[in-house]
Amino acid sequence: MIARESDGTIRNEREEMQLVQGRFRFVMVAMLVVFVLLGWRFGTLQVGEHELYAARADDNRIRLNAMAPNRGLILDRQGRVLAENRPAYRLAIVPERTPGLDETIERLSDLVPVTTEELRRFQRQRERSRRFESITLKTNLSEDEVARLAIHRHRLPGVEIEPYLTRHYPHGELLAHVVGYVGRIDERDLRRLGREQYRATSHVGKTGIERYYEHLLHGQPGLERVETNAQGRVLRVLERTDPVPGDDLVLSLDLELQRAAYEALGDYAGAVVVLDVETGEVLALVSKPGFDPNLFVHGISQFDYSSLLHHHQRPLFNRFLAGGYEPGSTIKPFIALAGLESGAITPQTRVFSRGWFELPGHSRRYRDWRREGHGWVDLQLALAESVNVYFYQLAVDLGIDRISRELALFGIGRATGLDLHGEISGVLPTRTWKRATYGEPWYPGETVITGIGQGFTVITPLQLAHATAALAGRGTTAPPWLVVPTEAARMVEHADEYWDAVFNGLEAVVYGPSGTARAVARDLPVPMAGKTGTSQVFGRPGDGVEPDEREHDDLPEHLRNHALFAGFAPIDDPELVVVVVAEHGGGGARVAAPAAASVIRSAVELDLLKVEQAP
Amino acid sequence: MNAVMSRPGIGSMPRWRLDPWLLGMLLVLLVLGSLVLYSATEQNIGMVWRQSVRLAMGLVALVVLAHLPPRMLRLWAPWIYLAALAMLVAVLLFGVGRGAQRWLDLGLVRFQPSEAMKLALPLMLALLLDRRRLPPDWRTLAMAGVVIALPVALIVMQPDLGTAVLVGASGLCILFLAGLRWRLIFAMVAALAAAAPLVWLNLHQYQRHRILTFLNPESDPLGQGWNIIQSKIAVGSGGLTGKGWLAGSQSHLEFLPEPHTDFIFSVLAEEFGFVGVAIMLVLYAAIIGRGMYMASQCRDSFGRLLAGTLVFLFFVYVAVNVGMISGLLPVVGVPLPLVSYGGTSAVTLLAGFGIVMGLYSRRRFMG
Repeated sequence: MIARESDGTIRNEREEMQLVQGRFRFVMVAMLVVFVLLGWRFGTLQVGEHELYAARADDNRIRLNAMAPNRGLILDRQGRVLAENRPAYRLAIVPERTPGLDETIERLSDLVPVTTEELRRFQRQRERSRRFESITLKTNLSEDEVARLAIHRHRLPGVEIEPYLTRHYPHGELLAHVVGYVGRIDERDLRRLGREQYRATSHVGKTGIERYYEHLLHGQPGLERVETNAQGRVLRVLERTDPVPGDDLVLSLDLELQRAAYEALGDYAGAVVVLDVETGEVLALVSKPGFDPNLFVHGISQFDYSSLLHHHQRPLFNRFLAGGYEPGSTIKPFIALAGLESGAITPQTRVFSRGWFELPGHSRRYRDWRREGHGWVDLQLALAESVNVYFYQLAVDLGIDRISRELALFGIGRATGLDLHGEISGVLPTRTWKRATYGEPWYPGETVITGIGQGFTVITPLQLAHATAALAGRGTTAPPWLVVPTEAARMVEHADEYWDAVFNGLEAVVYGPSGTARAVARDLPVPMAGKTGTSQVFGRPGDGVEPDEREHDDLPEHLRNHALFAGFAPIDDPELVVVVVAEHGGGGARVAAPAAASVIRSAVELDLLKVEQAP
Repeated sequence: MNAVMSRPGIGSMPRWRLDPWLLGMLLVLLVLGSLVLYSATEQNIGMVWRQSVRLAMGLVALVVLAHLPPRMLRLWAPWIYLAALAMLVAVLLFGVGRGAQRWLDLGLVRFQPSEAMKLALPLMLALLLDRRRLPPDWRTLAMAGVVIALPVALIVMQPDLGTAVLVGASGLCILFLAGLRWRLIFAMVAALAAAAPLVWLNLHQYQRHRILTFLNPESDPLGQGWNIIQSKIAVGSGGLTGKGWLAGSQSHLEFLPEPHTDFIFSVLAEEFGFVGVAIMLVLYAAIIGRGMYMASQCRDSFGRLLAGTLVFLFFVYVAVNVGMISGLLPVVGVPLPLVSYGGTSAVTLLAGFGIVMGLYSRRRFMG
């Protein structure tokens, strides 16, 4: 096979064909190798690693959707609702179905007011959401707004009015400091509570019972296994576990007694605590003024927040839990018990009050509240008339160590452990405390004023109530509680005659002819014993002058002393303890004791306290 | 030339020049491909119909080219090549397309000149190489180099890396089949390796990104790596027997990008599993094997080189596309031949098989 080329050279076609066919064979073998390789590759992916990729395909298409559980209710001891879930409506927009989002929002703001804050939140949410997810623009629409929107619905494509449940506190300021409130969940809450459980939850307890019992109130979120496409749109539900609603909580509190206690304070700021002596149940727990917790649920406005913050009576301040007060004369029964126990006094020991007391070798005079003095007084009269000189002398005789030990037994300087966050421990003055805090030794003069509850001692109304319950229970009571009962325990041991002696004195406060609270005696349906007290307001002119039980209406209100009363009823078999702190109330006798008496009256009216028929 | 043309019936009636084996296998491929396409287009019967029309046009081109005398091909080769080259220049000047200019808008139809070059370049090279003895001498090689480099450079400028690779590969293939000496081949490979950094520097940003994400797709799982990862998931989750026709979750829940074009083989792999993949690969291998056999039997070097290169081009399509969707090769825009939705390449490839059949039917009969 010889062919002549165009340029005249001779060409061997057979040789050429063999060359080309050799190359064909080479290429075909190479192709076969490639096909085998590809086959091998698919074998590896589809047979060898199938499990792995099958799982990844499922991860792709299957998503878990969490559904928020309904929050548990909060009820009072009679089952009256203190915190509920109320149906409400919110305005939401699905960007995908809304042509011209900006114009739509503009049109919407003609119908319902949209704040810049709401708009900002909407935009932020929008950046994080898919186009087909509905994004909330405004929550808690009024009925009016819902109606207006419904009328204009046809002009607002993609705009939805969605029903949802919102937390509501029907009694507002009355229980703000006990029940607390829920607020929008934030990053800190998620870190604290766990992301997994709270994926679908919008609000969590921020304060009060709502916060303390968040874990019970929240419930279990439901789960939905859904199939989605690559954009995340849900195509169908594969499996569903319904959410489990949170537990309803029944508080020891009685709503009507709470209301009575709140009103008993009148216009004063302050605190009222009512405890059951035997069980430690908290029947009323007031910090006045309160505030409307509903404001916080939907995010409080700057204006509202600022007016709460700058109100002169500080409504956001929880007085029964975090309010530290000097106990004043309400400390005297406990000092008296220490005195009896140590033998420094007997019930019959008499002390002469000429109006003032001096430490030997010191010229400083510690005064009685009655300038001219009380004359000869025994323990009963000393308590009834709140004779300072008696307790100055007793304190000096006891020494600070014995006093501290007795007060510590009654829980002074220690948080009671009530089931709420934010309780302060107060201050129990001791030598070591003084050195640790001030780097100074204890001075004798400080022992003198500790005897009448002045100086360093700081208590909260709740602590005072607990200590008074221990007193009323003759050493035995249970720590205060709202939801989970506590065990009663013997806190203090004293001989019966000592308790009797102190009880006699406290009875004489109300029923004695010269008792500081004798004015309330005729209004009481059951016998009440108690002790009035005055807590110094620091920084007023003439500070350091001994406080007294006199009223001083001549002073401007914010400089007046705080009025205290700690009492219990009935006297023979004490059931309830009442503590009242009325800020700037002047003296305990005029303001605090009548408030306590009115609380006891209400407790009787509400059947919380039985009137014993005299035999 | 001792021509052996004395076959009975010649001259009196036109001979039917189609190869029943190759045509049969191609038709089976087209039918199976339509089934997969129906699933991949979300059961869009309209799209399947439009694709069928294009395939029919391709079959017409196949039949016409099969009956075109080879001397016509020789005669027209230079002009076809020059025309294709001119259109490639035109596309750079007046072309349309998103991101890259690949299309010429001729009013009635939009046409991709680089597709024409896939036929024109092998034609031109086969003519050039056949004029002188094989293996090619230096002068021929130099000319061939220019003939290959011009269109490849123009296509890279569009830029369309995938097509440039295909066109360049077909050029190199024909040189190899023509008996290019091994010494030269090794020298070229060495030179290419040396030039790799230079090529890298001249690549477009998106092309570099593609290569980088190919090397490590998980580095950009939501961006460029998404395609490769999702495709591998589709393939792997298909398992041995697949999830069933129309039941692939990766394909139908929009995880797979472009399931009806470049990633249609992933749909097949997901829904029909390894069994389906094996059947499809065997079918492709058989088509290519038959094509190569037919090419090797052509009567002269022109025919052998041209037919062999056209079949090789088809093979490169298969290998690159299937290699890509299984994560063996980077993502380049190469469709699965005769199955992916889209007209131009299907027409080109069927036309190429027409040329192969025409050349084969005019083979020399020995004895």
